[in-house]
Amino acid sequence: MEAFLAVMARELRLAARRRAEWALPLVFYAVVATLFALGASPNAPWLKVAGPSILWVGALLAALLSLERLFRGDYDDGTLEQFFVSPQPVSLLVAGKLLAQWLVIGLPLTLLAPVLGIAFGMGAELTGVLVLSLGLGLPALVLLAGFASALVVGLPRTGVLLPVLVLPLVCPVVIFGAGAVRAAEGGAPAGAPLYFLGAILVLCVCGVPLAAAAALKNALD
Amino acid sequence: MTALLSFQNLAIGRGDHVLLRDLAGTVGAGEILHIRGANGVGKTSLLEVLCGLRDAEQGEVTRAFEPQACHWIGHRNALHPALTPYENLRFWCALQGAPADGIRGALRGFDLARVADQPCRQLSAGQKRRAALARLAVARRGVWFLDEPLSGLDDAGIQYWLALLQGHQQQGGAAVITSHQALPAQLPGLRALHLS
Repeated sequence: MEAFLAVMARELRLAARRRAEWALPLVFYAVVATLFALGASPNAPWLKVAGPSILWVGALLAALLSLERLFRGDYDDGTLEQFFVSPQPVSLLVAGKLLAQWLVIGLPLTLLAPVLGIAFGMGAELTGVLVLSLGLGLPALVLLAGFASALVVGLPRTGVLLPVLVLPLVCPVVIFGAGAVRAAEGGAPAGAPLYFLGAILVLCVCGVPLAAAAALKNALD
Repeated sequence: MTALLSFQNLAIGRGDHVLLRDLAGTVGAGEILHIRGANGVGKTSLLEVLCGLRDAEQGEVTRAFEPQACHWIGHRNALHPALTPYENLRFWCALQGAPADGIRGALRGFDLARVADQPCRQLSAGQKRRAALARLAVARRGVWFLDEPLSGLDDAGIQYWLALLQGHQQQGGAAVITSHQALPAQLPGLRALHLS
């Protein structure tokens, strides 16, 4: 447990020292979402309809931006080797790292979304569902992207490979996430898609740290 | 004398091809195994297999010590450039379950007290190497696996490290070291393994 907290504390300390790392995804998200709103004719009805998926995909891409290099630094400087000689299970250390990543990247994006929702004419109730769906969906996304970046960590140049790996994996997350907001918009209960998101998150929390640890071990080999 | 580490019939591969075959040896308490050989011959791979970081293609490695009872210091220093040497070592201690109270003393021993609170990116290559090696003094471990520990070190650094190594031997520790530099021949229990 001490090692789990130490990994988290290290990530948070690094984020506090390199502010661009968590500020850039926020700026990216804000710019992309407002560009959609600015590009449409004022009060266009389709904007309201497309709002949930635009806000969801924007958050997704913003989060992916910074997750590619998640394990790269540790791989390059040899910290990963120290993970594997430590007495702690590597999956626990990976879990600490991913939780910290969600705090640094995912949580701010979740909190920014309702502000951007104004540009798409979202009411208070819809905003609540949007935040809830991002709150359940972005941790799952961070976990899945973490797994993918563990897979590609040993490769010299990954470029667009990470999004290509991650985007198919996160399809269900986007479908149920944006679906929850759309359901609320249509006056239907948003409960079912949110439960699905919760189930996906639980699955990722259980499986990803183990899978990512195995992928990292493979990268060292 | 009981062997802390022994290996038989070992084959080491990297990628698809086998680099080394039919390796055998033992390392007992107080002994130092110096792995030598040309660049690319597989010294680091062998060290990684002996430490348990990598699987052997074939053969067996028997370790008579707990996995957490060894030091691994690779050719990469495991120091984050944005963190100070002190912060890096404190993180390492938490990771390894070692007490963190010896860090300042270990850094002072390697003459790093002045830069202990500067980000590692501002340190010279030799200073970073010293900070990585300071782990040896922070936590006492029975077996050391060191990959090119002397690269970038100046004379004073080498002397201090040798003193640490001798102290380690006297307490019954063992070490497996890859290095292009010759280790002083008067070191007791020094054996060389030439790879080709």
